[in-house]
Amino acid sequence: MQTDQLLSLFGGVLLLLGLIAFFLGRAKAARVRAGGTTMHAQPDQYAWFAVLATAGPAIAVSAVGAFLLLLLEVEIPELGLLAGSLAVAAIGLGLGMRQVRPDFHARKAIERVIRGALLTAALISILTTFGILISIVFEALRFFQMHSFWEFITGTVWNPGASFLAAAGRAEEGASAAQFGSLPLFAGTFMITAIAMLVAIPVGLLAAIYMAEFAPRGVRTLAKPTLEVLAGIPTVVYGFFAAITVAPIIVSIANAFGLDAAFNNAVAPGIVMGIMIIPFISSLSDDVINSVPDSMRQGALALGMTKGETIRDVVLPAALPGIISASLLAVSRALGETMIVVMAAGMRPNLTANPFEDMTTVTVRIVAALTGDLEFESAETLSAFALGLVLFAVTLSLNLVSVLMIRRFREKYRVNNL
Amino acid sequence: MSQTFDEISAQLRRRHRRSARLKWVSMGALGLAGLFLLWFFSDMLSKGLPAFQQAQIQVEIDYNEDAARMGRAALDRDLSRLVSRTFERMIPVQMRENPELLGSKETRWVLADSEVDQYLKGHRHKLNDAQRALVDELEAEGRVELRFNTTFFTTGDSKMPEASGILSAAVGTIMTMLVTLAIAFPIGVMTAVYLEEFAPDNRFTQLIEININNLAAIPSILFGLLGLAIFINFFGVPRSSPLVGGMTLALMTLPVIIIATRTALRSVPDAIRHAAFGVGCSRWQVVRDHVLPLAMPGIMTGSIIGLAQAMGETAPLIIVGMVAFIPDVSASFTEAATVLPAQVFTWAGEPEKAFVEKTAGGILVLLAILIFLNATAVILRKKFERRW
Amino acid sequence: MTFQANPRHLAGSTPRVGQPHTRNEDACHDLSIRVRDLNLWYGESQALKGLDIDLFQKNITALIGPSGCGKSTFLRCLNRMNDLIPGVRIEGLVEMDGRDVNQVKMDEVALRRRVGMVFQKPNPFPKSIYENIAYAPRMHDLVSRKPEQDELVEKALRDAGLWEEVKDKLHQPGTSLSGGQQQRLCIARAIAVQPDVILMDEPTSALDPISTATIEDLMDRLKEQFTIITVTHNMQQAARVADYTAFFHLGEIIEYNDTRTMFANPATKKAEDYITGRYG
Repeated sequence: MQTDQLLSLFGGVLLLLGLIAFFLGRAKAARVRAGGTTMHAQPDQYAWFAVLATAGPAIAVSAVGAFLLLLLEVEIPELGLLAGSLAVAAIGLGLGMRQVRPDFHARKAIERVIRGALLTAALISILTTFGILISIVFEALRFFQMHSFWEFITGTVWNPGASFLAAAGRAEEGASAAQFGSLPLFAGTFMITAIAMLVAIPVGLLAAIYMAEFAPRGVRTLAKPTLEVLAGIPTVVYGFFAAITVAPIIVSIANAFGLDAAFNNAVAPGIVMGIMIIPFISSLSDDVINSVPDSMRQGALALGMTKGETIRDVVLPAALPGIISASLLAVSRALGETMIVVMAAGMRPNLTANPFEDMTTVTVRIVAALTGDLEFESAETLSAFALGLVLFAVTLSLNLVSVLMIRRFREKYRVNNL
Repeated sequence: MSQTFDEISAQLRRRHRRSARLKWVSMGALGLAGLFLLWFFSDMLSKGLPAFQQAQIQVEIDYNEDAARMGRAALDRDLSRLVSRTFERMIPVQMRENPELLGSKETRWVLADSEVDQYLKGHRHKLNDAQRALVDELEAEGRVELRFNTTFFTTGDSKMPEASGILSAAVGTIMTMLVTLAIAFPIGVMTAVYLEEFAPDNRFTQLIEININNLAAIPSILFGLLGLAIFINFFGVPRSSPLVGGMTLALMTLPVIIIATRTALRSVPDAIRHAAFGVGCSRWQVVRDHVLPLAMPGIMTGSIIGLAQAMGETAPLIIVGMVAFIPDVSASFTEAATVLPAQVFTWAGEPEKAFVEKTAGGILVLLAILIFLNATAVILRKKFERRW
Repeated sequence: MTFQANPRHLAGSTPRVGQPHTRNEDACHDLSIRVRDLNLWYGESQALKGLDIDLFQKNITALIGPSGCGKSTFLRCLNRMNDLIPGVRIEGLVEMDGRDVNQVKMDEVALRRRVGMVFQKPNPFPKSIYENIAYAPRMHDLVSRKPEQDELVEKALRDAGLWEEVKDKLHQPGTSLSGGQQQRLCIARAIAVQPDVILMDEPTSALDPISTATIEDLMDRLKEQFTIITVTHNMQQAARVADYTAFFHLGEIIEYNDTRTMFANPATKKAEDYITGRYG
C-alpha cells in the first residue's frame, strides 16, 4: 500500500474514533448528570477530553513510528505501525470513557493539554534557531575536516574550481588544487555593505530628523509609510533594478571621469542596497528621536540655542544608542542580503579596493555553491555552509548588540513603544 | 549690563543660517528617498508595461503534407520567420489530432516572433532590412499589430520570450503560500498566545522572546541552508517542491506573525480578561472566547504583512531548488514548482533582450499583488482599529 | 469679569495699569518686563485674558493661583516658549528693553538668551556635568579659551551652590546626580549664559523638602544678579522667597501685590480665599 493511502486510512479511522469518543463521552456525561449527580465539568468538556484521549496518544505513537521508520531506518512494517496506532487510539477511547466520572476535572485536564500544545508551538521557534545552527555547524565541520580553518579565514584565493575532481577521487588530475581562502569574499561583502551604508545612513538619518523635528504633522504621517514601501519591495526586484538600470549608469559616469568600470561593479548593488535599507534606518531613528523627552529640547532652546543646535548637540546625542542600534541592524541586513548581489555583483573573487571592479560576496558564493549540479559531499558545496556559519555568527552578534543598545535607550528614557 | 538684543541677533546670524541649512538638508534627504522611489517605479513601469502587449501577425496557414512534418512549411516562406516558433511547432501536432485539416487553408492571427515584437515596440531587435521592410508593409496593411498579451497570463515558462508567461509561477506561489500560512499561522498565533497569556515570566520565557527577535533578523539565505540540510537532506522532503519552499518560508514568517499577534493581544485591555475571569471562565476560555476575537484584526493584519514578505522572498527558495524551469502548471505540493520572484530571477538571467521586458512585466505583477496585500492590511487595521 | 476682579480699579493708591497694589520699599523698582493687554488662545479657548503687569529687575516675583489658571502659560510667554506649541495665538504687548518680544522680527533665540528658564522637572542634557554648563556659553562665544571656560563653569556651579558637591566628578554624566542636585545643575546652566531674567516653572515641585530649602536659599542669593519670575503651587514658598506676588485665576491677574501685603492683607476676596486654602 502507498504511504499516502496509509495516511488517509489512518486519518479516516482516527476521525471516526474521535467522533465516537465525542458522542459517547457526551452521552455518558449527560446520563450521569441526568441521574442527579453534580459533576466537575460540562458534558461537552468530558466529550472533548475523550477525543483528546483517543487521538493524542495515537498520533504520538504513529509520529514516533514514522520517525523511526524514515530516519533511523528501523524495520517496522508500515501496516503494523498503522494497526498499532489505531489500537492505541481504541485503548485511549476506552480509558477516556472511564474518566467520565463526576469527580474528574475534565476542564482542568483539557486546559493542561492546551497549555502543553501552546508551549510546544513556542518551542518551535527555538527549534528553528537550533535547526539553523545545527545544519550549518555540522556541514561546516565536515568542510573544515577537508580544508584547514586557518586557511579559510586568512587565505586570499578562493578557487573551488577543482574540488569536484577531488570529490570524485581524482584530485591529481585537477589543474590546480582547490583553494578556499575566504578573504576576497569578505572584502567584497564589506565593500558593498560599506557603500550601502554610505547611502542609507546619511539619507535615512537626515530623513528621520526632518520627519521628527521639522516636518508638519501631515507630511510625517504620509512620508513614513511611503518610505517603508522601499523596504517592502522584493529584493529580487532590486537586483534586477541594480543590474539593468543602475549598473549601466554607474559605468557611464565612471567612463565620463575616465575610469574603467565593470558592469557588475560593486557600486551599483551597493547603492541599490542602500536605497533598500533607508527605511530601516529612518523608521527606527524617527521613533527614537521622537521618544527623546521634549524637556531636553526645551532645556536647550531656553538657553538660547537654535533649533539646529538643539538637534545636533542635545537630541541626537540622546538618541544615539537607538540610532547606532538601527545602523547595526541595517549592517546585519546588508551583510546577509543575497538577491541584489547575486544579480548585480560579480562572481569573481577579487581582493581589491576599487569599487568599480567586479567583486563577489559571501552570499553570492553560497548561492553559487548550492545551485550547480554538484555532489552534496563536495568541498565546494560544503564551503557554502562554512560561509553560512560565519555569516550567522556575524549577524547574530550584530543583532544582539543592537538589541542591548535599544534596551539601554529604553531604560534610560523609560519609553515602551520601541 | 548684558548685551542688547541687536548685538545678540548680530552674533546669531551665522548660527541661524546653519540651523536653516540642517532643515533644508534633512528635507532634501527625505526628498531624495522619495525620488529614489519615484525613479524605481517609473523605471519598472516603463520597462514592464510593454510586456502586457504582444505582437500578433495575420497569416494564411496551408495544412499541406510538408506541414505535417515541419510546421514552418504551412506558412509563406518569408512570413514564417516572423511567426513564433512555438506556434509553428504546434501545427504538426494539430494535424495529427485532426487529420481532416490536411489540404485545408485558414487565415488566422497568430503570435509573432519576439524580434518582430521588439521591433514594433521600438526596442533593439535582430531583424534584417528585408524583414523590417516586410513588417512595415504588413503593419501598413493592418496585418501586424500589438495586442493585449493574454499569453503572458495563461502559460508557464518558455525558452521563447513571446510564449513565456507567469501562470505556472503564480500557481506555484499560491501553493507555496498555502503551505506557509498553514504552518506559520497556527504555530505563530499559538506561540504568541502562550507567551502573552500563559507563560510565567522566567528566564526560559525570556530566552524564547530573545530568540524570536533574533530569528526575525537572521539573513533569509540561512533559512535556505536550514531547508536544504534539514528538510531536504534529513527528512527527505522533495526538492524544488512547494512543500519544502512553503516550510522554509513558514519558519521565516513565524517571527513576523508572533510579534504582530503579541502586539494585538497586548492591546486587549486587562479589564476584559478580569471580567471574563470574574464570571468563572478558565484561562483558555478567556483567551478563546474573549481575547482572541478582539485581537483577530491585528493578527490578520500582521499575518498578511508576513505573507507579503514571504511572497517576495527569493534567496532561500533558490537554495531549496525552486528556480526550476517549469513550463507546465503543476498542482501538486510535492512536484517541482517555481514562484513569481524565482521566475523573475530566472528571466533576469536570460540573455535575450525580449526577456528584460518579461522580467519587468513579472515584477509589475508581483508588485501589484504585494501592494494589494499591504493595502488590505492597512485597510483592515484602519477599519478595526480600536482605542481602549 | 467682575468689577472686583480687576486690580486696577481696586484702590486709589495704585492708579497706574500693571503696577502692584502696594509697594515693597526694600525692593528694586527698575522695570524689566512690561506686559500690556496680553491675550493668548489655544485654538479656540482663551487661556490668558488681557493681562497687564510690570515686572521689576533684581526681584523675585511669584506667580500663584489654582491649577490651570494660566500662570505657567504666562511665564512661557516671556521667553516665547509657547511658539513650540502648535495652534497658539498671542496678542498684546510683552516689552523688554524697549522691544516687543512677540513681534515676528524679534529673534526668539536672542530673547531666550536673555531670558533663561528652569523647568519643573530637572532636565540635564545627556552630557557630563561640566559640559552641561560649558556648552551654552561656548556656543554663545562668551568664552573662548579653556581656562576661561573652566573658570566660568566653576563660577556658575559656585553661584548655584553645587560646586563643593560636584567638583571631583565634573566629568560624570549630569544624570548621575540626585534630583535636587540636578535642578541646581539646571540653574547653574541657566545662569552660566548670564541672562537678565530667569523664569522658574515650579522649580521645586518635583523635589524633597531639603532640596527645596536649598533652592529657595539659592533664589534669594541669585536675585542680587538676576530678575527671577517663579511659578509656584506652594504658598509658603511664595511667602518666603518672593518680593512681589501675582495671583492668577482663570487666565486673569486678580491681584498683584507686595508679597507681605498679599499674604497678610489681600485686597481681593478671591486671593484671600485661595491663600487661606478655601480652594486650590
